[in-house]
Amino acid sequence: MLNLKTQKLMLKTFPKGGIHPAENKITSSNDIKRMSIPKVVYVPVSQHIGIPSEIIVDRKDKVEIGQIIAKSSGFVSSNIHSPVAGTVTKLDKIIDSSGYKKQCIVIRTDPKNESNFKIPEFPLVKEITLSQKDILQHIIDHGIVGLGGATFPSHVKLDMKHDKHVDCLLINGVECEPYLTADHRLMLEKADEIIIGIQILMQALHIEKAVIGIENNKKDAIEVLKKATLVDDRIKVAALKVKYPQGSEKQLIKAILKREVPKGGLPMDVGVIVHNVGTIFAIYQAVQHNQPLIERVVTVTGKTVESASNFWVKIGTPIKDLIEEVGGLPEGTRKIVNGGPMMGKAIKNTDVPITKGTSGILVISEEEASRQEAKNCIRCGQCVFVCPMGLEPHLLMNLTEKGLYERAGNEDIMTCIECGSCSYVCPSHRPLLDYIRFGKSIVKNLNTTKN
Amino acid sequence: MADSILYSALLLSSIGIVAAVILYIVSKKFYVFENPLITKVEDILPAANCGGCGSPGCRAFAEKLVDSEDISDLFCPVGGNDVMKLVAELLGKEVAEKDPTVAVMRCQGSCDVRPKTTEYQGPRSCAISSLVYGGETDCQYGCLGDGDCVNVCKFDAMYMDEETGLPVIITDKCTSCGACVEACPRNIIEMRPKNKRDLKIFVGCMNEDKGGIAKKACDVACIGCSKCADICPKDAITMHDNLAYIDPVLCTLCRKCVEVCPTHSIIETNFPPKKVKKLKEEKPKEVIVPVIKINVESENPKIDA
Repeated sequence: MLNLKTQKLMLKTFPKGGIHPAENKITSSNDIKRMSIPKVVYVPVSQHIGIPSEIIVDRKDKVEIGQIIAKSSGFVSSNIHSPVAGTVTKLDKIIDSSGYKKQCIVIRTDPKNESNFKIPEFPLVKEITLSQKDILQHIIDHGIVGLGGATFPSHVKLDMKHDKHVDCLLINGVECEPYLTADHRLMLEKADEIIIGIQILMQALHIEKAVIGIENNKKDAIEVLKKATLVDDRIKVAALKVKYPQGSEKQLIKAILKREVPKGGLPMDVGVIVHNVGTIFAIYQAVQHNQPLIERVVTVTGKTVESASNFWVKIGTPIKDLIEEVGGLPEGTRKIVNGGPMMGKAIKNTDVPITKGTSGILVISEEEASRQEAKNCIRCGQCVFVCPMGLEPHLLMNLTEKGLYERAGNEDIMTCIECGSCSYVCPSHRPLLDYIRFGKSIVKNLNTTKN
Repeated sequence: MADSILYSALLLSSIGIVAAVILYIVSKKFYVFENPLITKVEDILPAANCGGCGSPGCRAFAEKLVDSEDISDLFCPVGGNDVMKLVAELLGKEVAEKDPTVAVMRCQGSCDVRPKTTEYQGPRSCAISSLVYGGETDCQYGCLGDGDCVNVCKFDAMYMDEETGLPVIITDKCTSCGACVEACPRNIIEMRPKNKRDLKIFVGCMNEDKGGIAKKACDVACIGCSKCADICPKDAITMHDNLAYIDPVLCTLCRKCVEVCPTHSIIETNFPPKKVKKLKEEKPKEVIVPVIKINVESENPKIDA
């Protein structure tokens, strides 16, 4: 008993703020299923942070599975590959998870083409034969972006400037969002592949140290990865205390390495590179098997959903296909959220396609979802207490509401990571994050015009 | 007793005299010359401090008018030509005469023609909801109905019509300061010439989607059929991204386009009703004044913190 207690005390975490919402990880014990091939896929050309990709196919073109259909159009951009073999029927604008219509490539799956239905098997390839340059090229060519949610093109993180010394690779297996279990299942089922993926990155970056951070509510994953890391003593597994938003880059670095990323800086500034486990697996697939990023693990869940589970889903699959897969939309559904309940975004209709950044689809019922009426701030200070970035959310909201954007900028509104902890704890149900996000967009514009 | 009263009176008056001398010297020494014209011009200006001229307030605009050589591109939209003429006389400079403009609302998507497909529970502000998504209806170009334009109007010239969920502009009160144009995240409000008797014809739609999609989202959407552009005798109508736009300068108000529009998305205001055909077009610009106050006050209860 005492042993357990001390062990708990020793679990690492970030020091400031944070909350612990109900975990609701319903799908954590179900294997990842393979989603049936969708009849039509809608592939948005802007699935990553940065410049949208350039379409290189035309209407009525036949495309093969894994063929490049939109080319990277800059340094911070990424290739997009066809997730299915079929025919391009339209280049149209479809509402994506941003809530607006965006350019999409619509591909009708060819039901006669066998490559669509073959379930590929990839034997574990342990040997890393490629040079550093080739690894980077593979990552660029196969359109790998960060699968944690921010969808930052991965090669940008790896293309290091020489003046920065990076000594540690952090692997983000925290998955602190309630409900989501996509990374958890991936770690359990593809542990060996992930370890090789880490080795590939370590070789490419000449790093001798890697730490996988996992929250302590995934004990089985910690166990499995600890066993898998026995082959390489440079890779460690760190069990972390369960606390939201630990999956945020800055919080994770602070929790594991006790280093603090400077304001407005990048993890690289403190000698760290962080990658999500999903990204690591995608890198493994790209480097060892030449597989482009055309599918990912998506958690489809919700308390009212009939058979919630994790799925391997082709990029571009409309969400309605996924909902059907889990037994249809339950009655009394109020909201469908793209992502987790904390950071995710409600979608407008079920035609919205899965993109590289979709980690989960969450179906929320009426009683859970409805926001309550905002009341006056009672100055309880809860939002200040839970803010992991040490900000004053109530102040930032009021400054934004009153249009005092310059002062909001001085109060470091730009360092907000939009985790939503403040809105979660507010006893007056004030829409803190809504206003802060709005304020951020204005301050960002002000800053760019100033420069 | 009498002494102490006398002493204090003397003391106080001597302090007063010394202070007056100091103040006089200082005011002479640090005198800043200011053109007396500035105050005179400021008196002519409407003192609305709306910022419609581009300067922060009427005083700043008066300074600008007095200081600049050429004031032909400066204009006070609130005072209009009359005020600018007075200013020009006073300063002996030339001003360009401008047609008076008025704000028009280019969306007719009321609740019954543009059905809601989603429900939004966040803060009721157009700026925030437009950041989050395309709006509660399927039209991502139309009015969001949260009344940011009404909130910024300093002249009580706008109110939210609770029946349609759209803002209404009271043309008589509109000074065309442009605050609402800036506030609208969708760029729906446009400044158009007022013309004689406030006759206006404009396309009341911003939807750039293809016809079918636009029509599905809203019954009165412009479907980009180009019928109006074809019939226009003056080539005043241009088609761009499945959307018609009527050039207010070229338009001669012949009303041919209004009749051919299959979705009634071209709005005409203040025209007398036609004799033969009955006019179906609703006139959102015509306003019953008494309603205004009630509506404005019921908008957005302020949350203070």
